[in-house]
Amino acid sequence: MSLNIRTYHDLTEADRSGLAGQIGAQRRRVAARLASVRRVVAVLSGKGGVGKSFVTAGLARALARSGRAVGVLDADFNGPTIPALLSLPVARCTLQDDAIEPAVSAEGVRCFSMALLLEDGRPLAFRGPETEGFVWRGALEAAALREFLADVAWGALDELLVDLPPGVQRFQELSELLPVVPDVVAVTIPTLESRDAVRRALRAAIDRKATPLGIVENMVGGPFAGSAADELAAEFGIPLLARIPFHPGDGVWDGMVRGAL
Amino acid sequence: MKFLCVECDRQMQFEERQLPGDGTLAAAFRCPSCGRVVGLLTNPMETQLVASLGVKIGGTTLPPQPMETVRGMVATGREDAFVEDGKRETGNVPVWSAEAQERLARVPSFVRGMVKRIYLDYAKDRGIAEITPAVMDTARTELGLEGM
Repeated sequence: MSLNIRTYHDLTEADRSGLAGQIGAQRRRVAARLASVRRVVAVLSGKGGVGKSFVTAGLARALARSGRAVGVLDADFNGPTIPALLSLPVARCTLQDDAIEPAVSAEGVRCFSMALLLEDGRPLAFRGPETEGFVWRGALEAAALREFLADVAWGALDELLVDLPPGVQRFQELSELLPVVPDVVAVTIPTLESRDAVRRALRAAIDRKATPLGIVENMVGGPFAGSAADELAAEFGIPLLARIPFHPGDGVWDGMVRGAL
Repeated sequence: MKFLCVECDRQMQFEERQLPGDGTLAAAFRCPSCGRVVGLLTNPMETQLVASLGVKIGGTTLPPQPMETVRGMVATGREDAFVEDGKRETGNVPVWSAEAQERLARVPSFVRGMVKRIYLDYAKDRGIAEITPAVMDTARTELGLEGM
């Protein structure tokens, strides 16, 4: 005899656990914190080693010099470098009632990063059972991203730049957490290999309804040959924001802000 | 996750949560009609997965602490990563017994400030004047503070 069991959605009585309600409250906390942020811009690339963090930091500094209120959320939890690139000293993070004060660079860029929390030279490691860590580690990193968005006192910002790790997973998590899908700046180096990887990342972002603001080509004029940025800009119909040489001066970044951002 | 008493065709209600301290979790659910109780038992991986989502089976009674999951779960955090601004210590602040202070001192310093805050808020909410190990045990179970 088979039992006549109602389905999950058939059961509608209030439940003290309210797990769906707890998730909803988390999302509302993110939205409330970012209500004073005019625009979130994700800096992405499908490729590692193209200088996303370098570009993010240079862009943030230029935005601050132009008079805009800017923050950087370093979402590369396993290789966080933004504090070093912004010349931020490692200092204690001040806890307020419901938020943590971000670090602030000499130019006024507000920043939060896992690098501010980790012991020197130690990798990001989580407490938990030693086996089957692959099951829960991704969920914990997504939770860290949510808390970096919701629990840092970002304040009123014109732009919050999110420096993403290589690939598209963190972008997808970011898109799901934010009330509005972020705009995107894609970073490539000139090579064809980079072009192909960045194409996939851009396509994934556009599939999620992100608006691509443009392409930045980094490490131009060095050993890397190719025309990745031109090809990507033409293919996606988006602007080439800047070509960044090795050792760029402030003028390169300032020009990018004046021209397109 | 919901539980149905098939015999009564009623949704069972969360009753109690227990954290034995070995990474597992036990939660009891009772049928409001016939009173039958069933237990949900999770292994350490399952317990961790639920905690990773930042939710608590049985619900929450205190507002979330800033970066609760990061501070509670990161094992390689700097000991002096956080400092409290101290503005919250108003009204009747519960005192800590010597045994409770000793126990608190064993909590890794990366997360100690948050754990201390959670126990203080718990005690203040309930008018408890002194935080003892027994109060910490009760709070830990009621609030679902695995490993704290």
